[in-house]
Amino acid sequence: MAITLTEPAAERVKSFLENRGKGVGLRLGVKTMGCSGMGYVIEFVDEINADDEVFEDHGVKVIVDKKSLVYIDGTELDYTKDGLNEGFQFRNPNEEGQCGCGESFTV
Amino acid sequence: MALLQINEPGETAAPHQHKLAVGIDLGTTNSLVASVRSGEVQTLPDVNGEHLLPSIVRYVEGGVEVGTSAREKSIDDPLNTIVSVKRLMGRGVSDLKTLGNNLPYKFSESDSAVPRIITCNGNVSATEVSAEILKSLKRRAIETLGGDLEGVVITVPAYFDDAQRQATKDAARLADLKVLRLLNEPTAAAVAYGLDTGQEGVIVIYDLGGGTFDVSVLCLKRGVFEVLSTGGDSALGGDDFDHAIAEWIIEESGYKNDPQASLARLLMNESRRAKEALSDSAEINIEINRSDFKWSGVLTRSKLRELIEPLIKKTIMACRRSLRDADVTTDDILQVVMVGGSTRALDVRKMVGEFFQREPLVNIDPDRVVAVGAALQADVLAGNKPDDEMLLLDVIPLSLGIETMGGLAEKIVYRNTPIPVAKAQDFTTYKDGQTAMAVHVVQGERELVADCRSLAHFELRGFPPHVAGAARIRVTYQVDADGLLSVSAREENSGVEASVTVKPSYGLEDSEIETMLRDSMDYAEEDMKSRSLREQQVEADRVIEALDSALNADGDELLSKQERQTIDEARQELINAKTSDDSGVIKAAIKSLEKVCDDYVARRMNSNIQKAMQGHSVDEYISQDQE
Repeated sequence: MAITLTEPAAERVKSFLENRGKGVGLRLGVKTMGCSGMGYVIEFVDEINADDEVFEDHGVKVIVDKKSLVYIDGTELDYTKDGLNEGFQFRNPNEEGQCGCGESFTV
Repeated sequence: MALLQINEPGETAAPHQHKLAVGIDLGTTNSLVASVRSGEVQTLPDVNGEHLLPSIVRYVEGGVEVGTSAREKSIDDPLNTIVSVKRLMGRGVSDLKTLGNNLPYKFSESDSAVPRIITCNGNVSATEVSAEILKSLKRRAIETLGGDLEGVVITVPAYFDDAQRQATKDAARLADLKVLRLLNEPTAAAVAYGLDTGQEGVIVIYDLGGGTFDVSVLCLKRGVFEVLSTGGDSALGGDDFDHAIAEWIIEESGYKNDPQASLARLLMNESRRAKEALSDSAEINIEINRSDFKWSGVLTRSKLRELIEPLIKKTIMACRRSLRDADVTTDDILQVVMVGGSTRALDVRKMVGEFFQREPLVNIDPDRVVAVGAALQADVLAGNKPDDEMLLLDVIPLSLGIETMGGLAEKIVYRNTPIPVAKAQDFTTYKDGQTAMAVHVVQGERELVADCRSLAHFELRGFPPHVAGAARIRVTYQVDADGLLSVSAREENSGVEASVTVKPSYGLEDSEIETMLRDSMDYAEEDMKSRSLREQQVEADRVIEALDSALNADGDELLSKQERQTIDEARQELINAKTSDDSGVIKAAIKSLEKVCDDYVARRMNSNIQKAMQGHSVDEYISQDQE
């Protein structure tokens, strides 16, 4: 399995990284937090750790730690708009339920 | 569905814990909101993709319209459509006289110090109108960012005084926004250009907006911005360019009457369109076709330059003054940053470039640059960048002082002191047995209280009586990072305390700060004379007071009739001299009175010592000495 990005998501990540001026890629992961069990992590990466898996899609390095990978393997990251709001969205096949607002999830 | 943004490494917040913060540029003509998302600053557009929200509020039956829709109605409904409300922020009823001629609104004849505009939806204050603009931006931000706001940074002109800053904070409170900080506009612009990480040196921010002109001289030292000086004109901007063009149209058309409010608005709108078009083309056709006004003509770039040049020259004058205030020359300047939509006018760029002898920075949209800087600062203050060391120093725009005897303004915190700051000064009592002291807080550069702006009065009461000059009253002025002032007074021997937080004292004399600054230069000599005159008058009163109390106590005992008469004569001469407006005359009279009193003073001292030593043996003093 792997982690993939949609084209719009990849373009956004590239432009954000370029604007930031440093960073090797994008970290995706999970943290146990939130009202429904877990929350997604999405961060810039300056340094890749020894226990990280690195995927590459559309020219963007996606970095995931091994512990998180079991929860999000197969995820496709998308970039979408909802009215005025826009941002990244995890399409995670492992996800079984979300809290009302969708900020946290269960597997 | 939650849409996520990219965080800095290790900064991912728990769900529902995002610290959303925005920067708001609450402008005279247009307002903007910006935020940092995925490490990038963006101004946030509305549903139509418009970033600028015209700072125009229209009151209709049972509702409020803000922005473009309000602007469209401004011609047909001028009395209920409030434009450029920022100019009224923190102003009192008495200030309206100086502004009133240009304002089409009706003000209610209330006793309240805060002027209220009569609209079809009730009477509203400037603060309430501003709150409507803020509410509109807040809604936009919440929809765009997808959550409630942790806080906002709102920018204000560098020389907004305390009343105007407080009015801005009040507006935010009405809009239910938490103000993380009020930030000076020039500082925000410098931050937006990232000059905080650049080369150290002097930076000038030239900000010509719709309604206000500010020039600020900043100095970047070790990653810290210090504001060396601020200046400008709080009643000069692109609106005045439009006004000059409108006047020209009226003159050309031969229209004789005073234009009605709706016609005046139309002319202003047409003028603005023409002005903006001339940044791209060499000339522009203007055509106005109304039942009461028909005219068409051509405005060329050179004609525009002729019309607005006097206004631009005024801004250059202010630049020159600010450089002098900051004690720098054009050679010292590293960068000139252009802010405000009116700096798109080619003539402005050209003349500013010529004056500073360098190409001004224009690559960030001059309308958005302040909001961008505010958003960066909001992001830091909300705690999204804990490691960031961006430290911004702002300054007190006008000196803060206290009234002392004789109506003199004693400065405690000087103009251009970086804030936050706390300064204390000790004062004492003037009369024997005094148990209370009035503290009058003033702001301004002039020497006499009457020429400064009064900010607050309070009284320190109930400290124990002392002889004049023995009480020690420490007055502390504290200005927080938002530029808001609190003053406390404490009598050190007894610990009696009183304090005040400066609330807006709208309605007090409010000459333009620019005028106040200029006056302090123009009247410097006069001020010095009146200060020394008042000082001598106060000294004369003190001498007479002290003499009278001594004469009452032992005058008859220690003085012969002859001597008493000489002293009385000298005393009378001083009383006469006190009415003179020459401080030298009073000083001489004080000297001569002191001279005739020399013997008397010596005798009093002897007699007091004798009294004190009566009934004691010399041995007691010797043993005391040895201890």
